[in-house]
Amino acid sequence: MANQSSELAIEQLKKLLREKEELNGVATAKIEQLIVELQGCHPNPIEPADQRIIDGFTYFKLNNFNKNPELYDRLAKGQSPKFMVFACSDSRVSPSVILNFQPGEAFMVRNIANMVPPFNQLRYSGVGATLEYAITALKVENILVIGHSRCGGISRLMNHPEDGSAPYDFIDDWVKIGLSSKVKVLKEHERCDFKEQCKFCEMESVNNSLVNLKTYPYVDREIRNKNLALLGGYYDFVSGEFKLWKYKNHVTEPVTIPLKGLDMTI
Amino acid sequence: MAIPSSISDPFASKFLPLSSSSYNPSRISVPAQITAKIEQTHLTALRRSQCSSLKASMGSPGFTQQLNNSKLDTLAEVKDGRDDIFNDLKDRFLSFKKNVYMENPEQFESLAKVQTPKFMVIACADSRVCPSNILGFQPGDAFTIRNVANLVPTFESGPSETNAALEFAVNTLLVENILVVGHSCCGGIRALMGMQDDGSTSFIKSWVIHGKNAKVKTKVSASNLDFDHQCTHCEKESINHSLVNLLSYPWIKEKVENEELSIHGGYYDFVNCSFEKWTLDYRGTKLEENGRIVTKNKVFWS
Repeated sequence: MANQSSELAIEQLKKLLREKEELNGVATAKIEQLIVELQGCHPNPIEPADQRIIDGFTYFKLNNFNKNPELYDRLAKGQSPKFMVFACSDSRVSPSVILNFQPGEAFMVRNIANMVPPFNQLRYSGVGATLEYAITALKVENILVIGHSRCGGISRLMNHPEDGSAPYDFIDDWVKIGLSSKVKVLKEHERCDFKEQCKFCEMESVNNSLVNLKTYPYVDREIRNKNLALLGGYYDFVSGEFKLWKYKNHVTEPVTIPLKGLDMTI
Repeated sequence: MAIPSSISDPFASKFLPLSSSSYNPSRISVPAQITAKIEQTHLTALRRSQCSSLKASMGSPGFTQQLNNSKLDTLAEVKDGRDDIFNDLKDRFLSFKKNVYMENPEQFESLAKVQTPKFMVIACADSRVCPSNILGFQPGDAFTIRNVANLVPTFESGPSETNAALEFAVNTLLVENILVVGHSCCGGIRALMGMQDDGSTSFIKSWVIHGKNAKVKTKVSASNLDFDHQCTHCEKESINHSLVNLLSYPWIKEKVENEELSIHGGYYDFVNCSFEKWTLDYRGTKLEENGRIVTKNKVFWS
């Protein structure tokens, strides 16, 4: 998009930024703004680390932050997101990108294979702390757990031999949270090939995490009071599809069995 | 049991893909008369519902006569407002698909095969500080962990989700940079600074205690400041302590020594919209000296 002369200008300006560290804030901001305007587009992903970050931040500041002063004023005072999202750490599945969450909308936890362990007061305090904070302090209304295609964590879980022959690293210790989904998939889809089994496990593991969410007392309480909904999602970046479902749990009304006039041997 | 829908196995039925065309959230109404035929209608209506995750089971007709109309009405409920959530998420994904995914087919095709991110980012779960928003990371750029107060526990503290992700990112994905991003007004750091030793326990306490060295250091060097400013000081101190904790992992230390991996700290101030970034100077850092680290390439943008 930039012709030769503006490309040269961009290079010179970038060089100026790199070399003159003592430039004051105002001059730096003006130079960055010029660069962004000359580039006229998103940051170039093949820049070295520092440049990459400054390009990204400058773009955000000029095109988002500065254009929404009331929003960011409000956010500076506090956050009140409606969503809590569990997503995988995979670089391809940021919910802010695929579901366009803007600052303030989603309290987001990212870990390997988007797992939620069951309530355990002795360990997994990392996840416990996020849930405790999201429910009791932020009072989120929805928890969405998003799985995805070609998940390395799930693949590792499915690959790991359970006979003790392979070493047990930190990763294996973490993904074994999903062991019950692995068992279920191997039983229900034993004829499928490994790749298909992994795909089933990616979705089954989301369900496993949803079930585990309910074991946290404050989560259960808020669901009973109808203040909280649990949702499952699956992002398939191979086909460009997104699946969305809800976790519902319901106890049916009792049926009264009359004592007289009926055969008691039923 | 004649109640038409038994939700004993909520995950038994088909998932509904959002990308399919017709998607019609509908209120389910149940006729007053209870017969086997009505049960059939009920089943169909439930299956069409966008939140259908129910498996139906039919009981013997003899029991249906005991049922009340009102009981079935409650079974047929679709919670108000939840349809809106489904619509909202559907719109969000379709907007991404149209404006981003379909615009870059080659990029997404190659990403679908493998990810090769140059960065691993550890950021807070706070809704205001997503690295994709504030630092413009695109799909494929950054393997991201988000936890309360962007803390990194030490290697000695045992397995955790953060350790698992570090292992994967450094040993399998071979990232070249680890960036720990802290931020202003962090609730987790505030909880750490305000923590009392009163014997009460909570997950938040058990987690933020990983940052206790930063709290100690802050109390020593910033005791003259008010609580809010102490928290700001601790937010930055905690980033540096996380960087030191990263070096407690032997495989990370080895790669940093061989200059295959760089470790950076970053601080995002969303009150003034500024970003500071610095790099750990491994050669200059003497860890024996109380964990004090030396930094280089410090930059500040606002």
